[in-house]
Amino acid sequence: MSTATAPAEKTSEKPTAPAARTGRGPRAAGWVRRAPLLPALVFMLVVTQLPFLATIFYSLRSWNLVRPDSQAWVGVANYLAVFTDRQFLAAVANTVLITAACVVVAMLLGIGLALLLDRSFWGRGVVRTLVITPFLILPVATALLWKHIMFEPVFGLIGFVLSPLGVDTYDWVSQSPIVSVVIALVWQWTPFMMLLVLAGLQSQDTDALEAGQVDGASKWQSFVWITLPHLRRYIELGVLLGSIYVVNTFDTIYMMTQGGPGTASSNLPFYIYQRTFLGFDIGQSAAMGVVVVVGTIIVAMLALRLIFRTFLNAQEATS
Amino acid sequence: MTAQATAPAASAGAPHRPRRPIGAIALSVFTWLVGLVFVSPVLWLVLTAFKQENQAATDPPTLFFQPTLDRFAAVLGADFLPYLGNSMIATLASTLLVLVLGIPAAYALAVAPIKRTDDVLFFFISTKMLPVVAVVVPIYVAAAHLSMLDNVWTLVVLYTAMNLPIAVWMLRSFFLEVPKAIVEAARVEGAGLGRVLWSVMLPIMAPGIAATALICMIFAWNEFFFAVNLTAAQAATVPVFLTGFITSEGLFVAQLSAAVVMASLPIVVIGWTAQRQLVRGLSMGAVK
Repeated sequence: MSTATAPAEKTSEKPTAPAARTGRGPRAAGWVRRAPLLPALVFMLVVTQLPFLATIFYSLRSWNLVRPDSQAWVGVANYLAVFTDRQFLAAVANTVLITAACVVVAMLLGIGLALLLDRSFWGRGVVRTLVITPFLILPVATALLWKHIMFEPVFGLIGFVLSPLGVDTYDWVSQSPIVSVVIALVWQWTPFMMLLVLAGLQSQDTDALEAGQVDGASKWQSFVWITLPHLRRYIELGVLLGSIYVVNTFDTIYMMTQGGPGTASSNLPFYIYQRTFLGFDIGQSAAMGVVVVVGTIIVAMLALRLIFRTFLNAQEATS
Repeated sequence: MTAQATAPAASAGAPHRPRRPIGAIALSVFTWLVGLVFVSPVLWLVLTAFKQENQAATDPPTLFFQPTLDRFAAVLGADFLPYLGNSMIATLASTLLVLVLGIPAAYALAVAPIKRTDDVLFFFISTKMLPVVAVVVPIYVAAAHLSMLDNVWTLVVLYTAMNLPIAVWMLRSFFLEVPKAIVEAARVEGAGLGRVLWSVMLPIMAPGIAATALICMIFAWNEFFFAVNLTAAQAATVPVFLTGFITSEGLFVAQLSAAVVMASLPIVVIGWTAQRQLVRGLSMGAVK
């Protein structure tokens, strides 16, 4: 607070330019208010919206970088090609499968960890710090760690741990590529879910729990009837935000399986990457990009509403 | 907490109960075990980084060995430093740009709301939902036209756009916590919006700004999609360095581990430092 007062003294010494400008009438005042916002807004419009408009433009054209003179308007032909492309449809299915499995399992584990870490015990801070570490490691490195150290068929740690069960030399990454990817992703995203649920648990009103105990509720009953309803919003938020991040998973697939074997574990970001940077098919890649956006918007609308609701409620609570 | 809990018990003269019943101890031990098992891949990775290659690939795995720094030296010898430099430029420059653009914007949205504040907030966050695959094609084409491929400043611009929405939301949530009375007092004394922001709010906001910066650094450091597609020999970042380990001939697991430790350490330390703010950043300010 001492740092706050020192500069504040300077304020009274010299009246500033913006203060003078506000005197020029409501229109000018409005622009003074908007001015700090504009650079960020313009930057975001230019860097995100212009490319998206260009993507829509490209999606209506035939353009392969290998044949630069091949450009032409083709209308919705790219979209028709996309929807009849078996590999694209398989990538859609893989994306949904990977995202749903990862988010659900990570959330369940996250709830479990959060419940354990919500108690106070010796070394709680250390355990929490350890547990969030998988989320902080480079995702690219996480993929390598699981591929070469955990899942490696001969020397891998998973094989060693499971050897009493007779699963000694199973080649996880090539035999069960999607399961392998999901395990690595779950490990990476569980801390995220844990942090959200833990924040929910710690914001819980202890009065309600105590009232429940007075009324003779067992621990399990108070968990189901008091804690879970309170956590609902945090769980929803975790599932939706997690989905948005996990749908876009590229690094894990790229590093672990390269979408393989064949196209068995290819998801949408990886497939579009292949078509763009290995197939040079700009028109179809763009059409796929647009399709993905439309799909995402549907999910995202739900997420946005929820974030707004949660955020506005939090605001009311603090003010 | 414990002081509060024990004081009334003592005053009531209740018989001294054991503070830690056996069930609680068991649960604490269980929690420790679960935590250690969960994080064991990381612990194993760190251990492996200090092995020789022939100790890193054994069946059963080697637990006791003479630690060595050989593999770290080998990674540094494999031209790791230029990648590290690029990552640092991309991370620090983009974070700085995010703060320069984001602080005034968040301030405008929190303190002096305009009519369409909600729409603007909605727009910012909606850009986070835009899949990168939907914009990468034009960005690649544009970068090629501008001769900006394999240029670290292209990444700076893209990482700024990637983090700006999170920063605006997060910073706004911190601005909203600044007591209104302080702001009003300053305004009564004749301070303009800019002056209120610079001299009154920023010092109070310093911890929030630091937390926001740390979150942005984590995301920028870990970004891979743009880095691998838009850079080559000159501007490649640390995650791109690690692609060299996707398939390698011969024994390389110890060197891989050493590389991963070095590549992740800066951001893991930052994340540990910012862990109290992590959830706020990840939920874009929605959860505190």
